[in-house]
Amino acid sequence: MTRRYSALSLIKEGLAGQKGWQPAWRSPEPKKNYDAVIIGGGGHGLATAYYLARTHGISNIAVLEKGWIGGGNTGRNTTVVRSNYYYPESVAIYGLAHRLYEGLSKELNYNVMLSQRGMVFLCHSIGEMEIGARTVNAMQINGVDAEMFSVDDVRRVAPALNFAPDARYPVFGGVWQGRAGTARHDAVAWGYARAASALGVDIIQNCEVSDFIIEGGRCRGVQTSRGTIRTDRIGMAVAGHSSVLAAKAGFRLPINSYALQACVSEPVKPILDTVVLSPGTGVYVSQSDKGEIVIGGALDRTPSYGQRGNLPTLENVISGLLEMFPAFGQLKLMRQWAGIVDVVPDSSPIIGESPLPGLFLNCGWGTGGFKAIPAGGTLLANLLATGKHNDISRPFDLDRFVTGRLLDEAAGSGIAH
Amino acid sequence: MQLFHCPFCGQRDETEFHFGGEAGNIRPDGADVTSERWASYLYLRDNPKGAVREVWVHMTCGEFFVMARDSVSHHVASTTSLDCAEHAQ
Amino acid sequence: MTAMRLASGGSAIDRARPVTFSFDGRTVSGFAGDTIASALLANDVAVVARSFKYHRPRGIWGAGVEEPNALVDVSGSVAVTPNTRATTEPAVEGMAARSVNAQPNAASDRNAFIDRFARFIPAAFYYKTFMWPDWHLFEPRIRAVAGLGAVDRDWQSPGPADQLNRHCDLLVVGAGPAGLAAARLAATAGQSVMLVDDQPAPGGSLRHRASEIDGKPASLWIDETVAAIAQHGGLVLSSTTAFGIYDHNLVGLNQRHGDGRPDTLWRVRPRRIVLAAGAIERPLPFANNDLPGIMSADAALSYLRRHAVLVGKRVVVATNNDSAYEVAGALAGAGADVTLIDMRKDALPRLPGGVRLVAGRLIASARGKMRVEGVTLDDGTLLDADCVAVSGGWTPTIHLFCQARGKLAWSEQRAAFLPGDPVEGIAVAGAAATGIVPLSEAFESAASAVAADANEATPRSTGAEATGGVMAAWPIPGAKGRVWIDYQNDVTAKDVELAARENFISVEHLKRYTTLGMATDQGKTSNLAGLALMGAVTGRTVPEVGTTTYRPPFTPVPLASFVGVRTGELMSPVRRLPIENAHRQQGAVFQEYGGWLRPAHYGADADRAIQDEARRARQSVALFDGSTLGKIEVMGPKAAEFVDFIYYNTMSTLKPGRCRYGFMLSENGVVFDDGILVRLGVNRFVVSCSSSHVASVHARLEEWRQDRFGRDAVYIHNATAEMATLTVSGPNSRTLLSALDLGLSLDDAELPHMAIGEGRFEQDPVRVARVSFTGDRSYEVSIRADRAERLWARMHEAGKALDAVTIGLEALMILRAEKGYIVIGKDTDGTTMPHDLGVEGPRSKRAGEYVGRRSLFTDVAVSGSRQQLVGLAVAPGEQALATGAHGITREGGRIKSQGFVTSSYFSPTLDRPIALGLIERGASRHGETIDIQHLGMLRRATITAPCAFDASGARLNA
Repeated sequence: MTRRYSALSLIKEGLAGQKGWQPAWRSPEPKKNYDAVIIGGGGHGLATAYYLARTHGISNIAVLEKGWIGGGNTGRNTTVVRSNYYYPESVAIYGLAHRLYEGLSKELNYNVMLSQRGMVFLCHSIGEMEIGARTVNAMQINGVDAEMFSVDDVRRVAPALNFAPDARYPVFGGVWQGRAGTARHDAVAWGYARAASALGVDIIQNCEVSDFIIEGGRCRGVQTSRGTIRTDRIGMAVAGHSSVLAAKAGFRLPINSYALQACVSEPVKPILDTVVLSPGTGVYVSQSDKGEIVIGGALDRTPSYGQRGNLPTLENVISGLLEMFPAFGQLKLMRQWAGIVDVVPDSSPIIGESPLPGLFLNCGWGTGGFKAIPAGGTLLANLLATGKHNDISRPFDLDRFVTGRLLDEAAGSGIAH
Repeated sequence: MQLFHCPFCGQRDETEFHFGGEAGNIRPDGADVTSERWASYLYLRDNPKGAVREVWVHMTCGEFFVMARDSVSHHVASTTSLDCAEHAQ
Repeated sequence: MTAMRLASGGSAIDRARPVTFSFDGRTVSGFAGDTIASALLANDVAVVARSFKYHRPRGIWGAGVEEPNALVDVSGSVAVTPNTRATTEPAVEGMAARSVNAQPNAASDRNAFIDRFARFIPAAFYYKTFMWPDWHLFEPRIRAVAGLGAVDRDWQSPGPADQLNRHCDLLVVGAGPAGLAAARLAATAGQSVMLVDDQPAPGGSLRHRASEIDGKPASLWIDETVAAIAQHGGLVLSSTTAFGIYDHNLVGLNQRHGDGRPDTLWRVRPRRIVLAAGAIERPLPFANNDLPGIMSADAALSYLRRHAVLVGKRVVVATNNDSAYEVAGALAGAGADVTLIDMRKDALPRLPGGVRLVAGRLIASARGKMRVEGVTLDDGTLLDADCVAVSGGWTPTIHLFCQARGKLAWSEQRAAFLPGDPVEGIAVAGAAATGIVPLSEAFESAASAVAADANEATPRSTGAEATGGVMAAWPIPGAKGRVWIDYQNDVTAKDVELAARENFISVEHLKRYTTLGMATDQGKTSNLAGLALMGAVTGRTVPEVGTTTYRPPFTPVPLASFVGVRTGELMSPVRRLPIENAHRQQGAVFQEYGGWLRPAHYGADADRAIQDEARRARQSVALFDGSTLGKIEVMGPKAAEFVDFIYYNTMSTLKPGRCRYGFMLSENGVVFDDGILVRLGVNRFVVSCSSSHVASVHARLEEWRQDRFGRDAVYIHNATAEMATLTVSGPNSRTLLSALDLGLSLDDAELPHMAIGEGRFEQDPVRVARVSFTGDRSYEVSIRADRAERLWARMHEAGKALDAVTIGLEALMILRAEKGYIVIGKDTDGTTMPHDLGVEGPRSKRAGEYVGRRSLFTDVAVSGSRQQLVGLAVAPGEQALATGAHGITREGGRIKSQGFVTSSYFSPTLDRPIALGLIERGASRHGETIDIQHLGMLRRATITAPCAFDASGARLNA
């Protein structure tokens, strides 16, 4: 029986017909009681379970997933990992995530393929170069590895871009983060699931939460499609459906749900090494290790829970892509899909205890949740274990909407998530 | 591409419309409104999955109206002109 | 395989028009009407590509869109397209086709060795290794071998793709028997009909399956039917794929032209849709079932009858269903030696002549290296073969039905998922609805799909009908050898079993873990076998395992189709000034500012021109085109009340004929826009907002009007584009204006600062506003946009004697910054509130309600550490600060930002740099010197008042 993953174990299993591998995670029946329950088996929920068990030693816990793990936004995003943020509070949370990502494959013994090929955020005018400088300076002050790129620097990392001076969105330069890159999204969910399961966490799939058990003004458990589960500590990490669960718990959130579309081309030989984001076209693009051009764009116009692609948004995104990379006009679209994201007024996450005591929130990641998974898990685990914020999570509490202390990256830097 | 029915112009492509907000989010006036009430007006939303009532604007004619639709299937149940009397203080 | 072209026959080819092209450098000859694949088969090319992962040699599997193997990069006489399916791409004279994923070519690929290590690199092996020392060590080499086709970096667009919109009563997808019948019934009943099919000619299976309809040969019936549809106004499109159904039943079509023209995108809005896209044949599961020469039985028949290509001399036909009997008979009739292996023992169809039948047997394995040489049956029987034509059953093409949120129902009898409950506006007909059934049943389903009673118009199958018997043939757990399920992505039955072993048993996990169904064919031939095997391994039925989600597009669609003409300026048009040509004649250099194309400066040497313009503007008189400024009229009985609510400043006290500067806030208290409000009359105002905010300010005004005030109380009209505004500024501005004879008094008593006057330029009325963004005496003259060029010319004539200078936006930015005047969004950010800009009065004194008011009293709004607008001065002789540099402090060994430089210029008038910034508590820190950091370099700057020039404002009246 092979549990540890390595080149050696692959060779050993190769000689034995790959028959000795263990399930990556167990699928037990749910128990009646847990020390803590996490709703949502995406990256954030699974990471929360892992850190609760590993860091805090609380392993009598369950992750409840209504479908299959990693099937929500973890499996639908464009896989970019970066921490090039403007405000110190944002840098603290995304920087934590970025550092944890850098050690994640070894920590989980699961190759999440973090590929730090860098990311350039393009500037299309002198004014955008000035805002770029403002952003780079803020990042450098906050300890982020940001650099100001000239047009020649951009040409070096992304030669296929349109550098024509009369382009609709001419390239003046860009903001570069060398440590940014991509990771294999499914592997992040599976790696955390495997590691958490090995520490005793129960991962319960096809288990939909239908209601909360509220006694004495506190949350005491959940009703699910697989029976009643009691616990005094519940974490919720159900991006896209946060408002739906909040309604069941009797409160509202500062969230609208929108479909965020993405698509991939057919796989082609390497043509784009880095992640490129253009504020002019709104397009976010990289090339996967498999060779597909992975394309993300803006939100749909319509608040929605429908996880479907849409034609007008697709047309806009592809138009922007071909404006940036004219040679991609010879490629074909292979697959298009959408994920439902929590859109928050300041585009920053919400982490903290909810208005229902005993229920803790990890939501509101907008279009940028994937890159934050290790931090989201660490911080929600800390809240569940201690009941208290730490310095990193405190600014992201729900109370900021009353105090007005929003953390709007777009307001500060002109650069959205 | 969805089709929305502007009460003034008729059936048009979704690209001509802009989402205004959830219907019935009444603005509290005055300096003595509590911070919580003000935050609720500014930020908190029902954001239901399924039947929704929303304010939309048809950008080409500039008219705001209320649309009842389904946030999952995107089926549009009805659109009605914004009743000014109802919304005026 | 020894495939060959027969001396006669082939309904699709035109032997009078030979075609020659190259494949992997080798010359291939064919005929017009050939696909690349049929021509390659006719030339007996067995290996046409290499698989994605193991670089296994692969041959042609199918004859249509489902093709997993035969991908080629095409260039030459047609547009360059990587990853083109050889089975659907027409052979064109002079084209060059290249196998994908092979170096130097498919026949001898230098990466073929990878297959020898396959046992060590099963599905998902990469998650288990490459972690030490670091993934980055391995990734570059993996990336280099990944990908299929190659992108041509020097590719030039052949021009924009057409994009067409169309409405119709009925869209029929698929022009096989059911689709043709449905379209004809609807068209003759008076409906507007559109019939689309992805093959080069309508007919579908009728083109190669024997049948007789209404007593006629099928080919004749097809022609008559197409003619009848057209005669009733219907549109029939071939080579056109319906790739997606989107919300509200919008259907996307991609039409190929095959002549080098870009494809055409159709957006079709049908009242009703009939999906009659047929069914796709599956492979059979046996060891080495991926060898070149093993192909779809239906494809073998199609190549025979359409292209006169006989796929082999010694053919084994293997099947689990009735449809292969006709194939076996036809191949035998064409001269091949045919053995038919049917896994079923009884209820078999009639055996065609010349065919050997082995019933109740399966193929256990195939043998051969670069092409199939024979098969071994499950009883050990060895058969030689140069081609194995297999039929593993049929998968109805229900992709579009599922995209439209249709649910599937499993049919054990048909061994297929069939459409379940109907979706509004969509019907499914023919093999897509029922699997393979006799032709007469397909016609019945077509009639019911268009809600037509079976009547005389309904076609009748009058020939011998094929039957549709089938027995499921799924991969069996634990089978020996390498049984291939997903050819393109190299997924075997063992990979599926491995996924099950490791608990990736959800169908979506199976897909993602093994990459089954994620290739360019999106699993059209492989998905069902994969999930059936997963069911067998985990003790679940096929419907319990379920399917993955069907996503658009059905087949890959050129990105260019989605773009159409939306490139360059047509993608995102810039707004242009009414007198752009006049500026160009004056040598203006244009830049885009907030969506407007505006003169940045005049003359090529930017730095010198800008400094020169800014200096001369203060000396005599400057001319500036300010047409982009918003001009939104607010009228009505409650107009004054309305502007009081909209603005932070009280506006109702303004007298008619006068102007006032003010802020508009968002409801969160942040300054959204600033500008001048003009009161033309008691109930009439003009909101002059920032150039880039016109649309958003207009939208906000409308929202408050309709939501709070009512249509009868206020009326709003955006007149920005109707009027041009030409500005005259500087000590001699009045002199220049006097020379224009505008017919109004320019006397300071009658037209003081912040007042307006009405006049006339030639025959047109003009409005003159005495407002200033430079700090000098200024007049903004607004006139009908189409008469502005004449006024601009007159201003220049009059300015000659005064040494007038035309200034661009960059010089204006210097002038306004000298005065400490802000630009919203540059000198403010998304957190700046009015009191941060030194405008505290309304916040502390105003009693009435206004937008954003309550937000000015939240915890954060009353915080003592807010960033406030300041000036920043550097030591004499130093360069200007960098815009975007941050003021910093040190706290416990860490540096912290305390704000940033928002605007920074060298002032030619002051002969020193000036700067504005937002600095924490800056308003109370004038005189303090702080550290400024830019790209790692430190400088010092002293905090000052924002205004650096003419602090008393004397020049406004000078």
